[in-house]
Amino acid sequence: MSSTAATDVVPGTAPSGKGKLTEKTRAERKLGLMLCAPAVVMMLLVTAYPIVYAIILSLQKKDLRFPAEGGFVGLSNYITVLGSSLWWQSVFNTAFITVISVAIELVIGMAVALIMHRAIFGRGLVRTSVLIPYGIVTVVAAFAWFYAFDPGSGFVNHLPLIADNKAWFGGRFSSFAVIIMAEVWKTTPFMALLLLAGLATIDESLYEAARVDGASAWQRFTRITLPLLKPALLVALLFRTLDAFRVFDSIFIMTKGAQNTESVSIVGYQQLLSRLNLGLGSAVSVLIFLIVLLIAFAFVKGFGTTVPKGGGQED
Amino acid sequence: MAVATSMFAVAACGGGGSSSGRVTLNWFIFNEPSGGVQAAAKKCSAASDGQYTIKFQYLPSQADSQREQLVRRLGAKDSSLDLLGLDVVWTGEFANAGWIEPVPADLQDATKSDFPSVLNTAKFENKLYAVPIWSNTQLLWYRKDRVPTAPKTWDEMLQMASKLGPAKGQIQVQANKYEGLVVWANAMIASAGTSILAGPEKIALDEAKTEKALALMGRLGRSPEHAPNIDTSTEDTARLGFESGSSAFMINYPFVYPSAKSNAPAVFKQIAAAKFPQVDPGRPSKPPLGGINIAVSAYSHHQAAAFAAVKCLIQPANQLNIAKLGGLPPVDASVYDQPALNKDVYPGFADLIKQSIQDAAPRPSESPAYQDLSLAIQEALHPVTSIDPNNPKAAYSKLKDKVQQAVDRKGLL
Repeated sequence: MSSTAATDVVPGTAPSGKGKLTEKTRAERKLGLMLCAPAVVMMLLVTAYPIVYAIILSLQKKDLRFPAEGGFVGLSNYITVLGSSLWWQSVFNTAFITVISVAIELVIGMAVALIMHRAIFGRGLVRTSVLIPYGIVTVVAAFAWFYAFDPGSGFVNHLPLIADNKAWFGGRFSSFAVIIMAEVWKTTPFMALLLLAGLATIDESLYEAARVDGASAWQRFTRITLPLLKPALLVALLFRTLDAFRVFDSIFIMTKGAQNTESVSIVGYQQLLSRLNLGLGSAVSVLIFLIVLLIAFAFVKGFGTTVPKGGGQED
Repeated sequence: MAVATSMFAVAACGGGGSSSGRVTLNWFIFNEPSGGVQAAAKKCSAASDGQYTIKFQYLPSQADSQREQLVRRLGAKDSSLDLLGLDVVWTGEFANAGWIEPVPADLQDATKSDFPSVLNTAKFENKLYAVPIWSNTQLLWYRKDRVPTAPKTWDEMLQMASKLGPAKGQIQVQANKYEGLVVWANAMIASAGTSILAGPEKIALDEAKTEKALALMGRLGRSPEHAPNIDTSTEDTARLGFESGSSAFMINYPFVYPSAKSNAPAVFKQIAAAKFPQVDPGRPSKPPLGGINIAVSAYSHHQAAAFAAVKCLIQPANQLNIAKLGGLPPVDASVYDQPALNKDVYPGFADLIKQSIQDAAPRPSESPAYQDLSLAIQEALHPVTSIDPNNPKAAYSKLKDKVQQAVDRKGLL
């Protein structure tokens, strides 16, 4: 469907106004909704139950270790969570990891996508090899990074310019640095793959025309590639931001939240699985869910519609 | 071994091993690699007169993950669990939650020669809820080629280490943000003459004494002689560090002894063991206490058979065999009188281990919210490099606040 949309609205020409829809578009939209409906109903059935159950739990005092206690406590679990410095610290940590890692991934991912797109020989080999990190299970990758940076077993401290006894997980900044590097290494291929798919949809003739008009490589990139890549960029950034916000494995393996590196997921895990405090843990989970919704909403609103508008840039 | 065999022979006389009525008991425990536990289970199944067969369901190797797997199943009232291998600090929590059955009277007699320190870990509100099968304790391991005698106190050890320098005098401890740090901190605080709790919901933590213990932890954290990875160190990284030869001292469980024998023969020749160092000169130290207790699940359909299996598993002969194969210290004090223990299992240091278990200070697991306490202590004391040895007051108040929060079960941890 997106390909028909892309050919219908040729960039550079005036796009059809948002208010007045043609008969054809309306019919298409209706068909689209009908095609999506079964999937949406299915998703609601599968996801609504746990979400509703979590919300109910979050309003209760419920601790598996103290079966005698219990009962409805209103919003007191939320007040506890929102009044805790540990929660706000973890929100900051998660946001920090998310923003830095996604920014780095976007730049590197774009470069890798352009290389993969333009590779003349060994295309399959380049694409496959770039994807390897993404194919590795996150926990395994986290262990690999942990052992690589461990002063006892790791090779990193034997590299030139690095102190032999540097304790990477002994400091907050260096712990974050390794966690972010591991995240970037692991998921840049995903970013690159999504952007590559976007690049493949751009019509080559546009570049030819631009070249004939004397546009430089930079101009071609900023005037053709970026605007036409906007839907792919939105998807890539949204997916990666939501993914990065749930960061758990790397932190769990490398620091377990030590040195104030807890993410919101680690805090939720500790309340739910270590303390078995289902009420408090569910409140944390529901808050994470709300933040994720907020991020998705902000992205979709911030980026506007996915149909590219001629020349419009609103990054 | 012979005793065990004859006892089983007697038990087996009752009748043929008919397969009708034989139940399968699922034993959830971590995979103790030496095979001692498996051998005991096999013998007991064979001797049960067709009553039961013990089947192992292995849990992960890390204590935290073992507990998670168990509580998830127990929280869902899973009836496929019969026997549970519990870490010594879980009894209060599991009993309070109603997940494990109280131990019947006849089985309580079978534990009468167990060390009181060990037996206490299996009790909750003065009632026995589990039966110890093996214990564990930490010793001070040192290099006899580098120091003439074992240091008696932490102060002495730190001085010896600094004389040797960071290349040869490193001290290995467990200070990652996990249960191991709690084990160390608890032993230090107890050795200083106080304790973390004075009852399930009452904090002890005498200020001057706790600060003394914390100052020593901070001193190691600030000294150049700690292992470079002290903030992420575990039992295993400590063992590896010691085997690499850079360390003169290590606080660790006895498993390091057979490990060094096969991994680092040169280091092994120089290893000697001593008691956990004192915090106060003259005041006997209170070493850490570990080990496994067996409990019967409250949701098991075969509780009578399960308790019969427990009774068989904990026999002194099995304890001795588990010690022989895996180096895990028996819980029955009488087993220490067997010459084989001092000759083969703990050559020359069986008495040291016995003494260490007798003197050991358990962690504050009388609280059913022990997991909260553990998280709170980790939160307060990690990283130890941040504890100011000259002003441990800050660390003390942080510890006290966090422990209070855990006891009240308030807020996030």
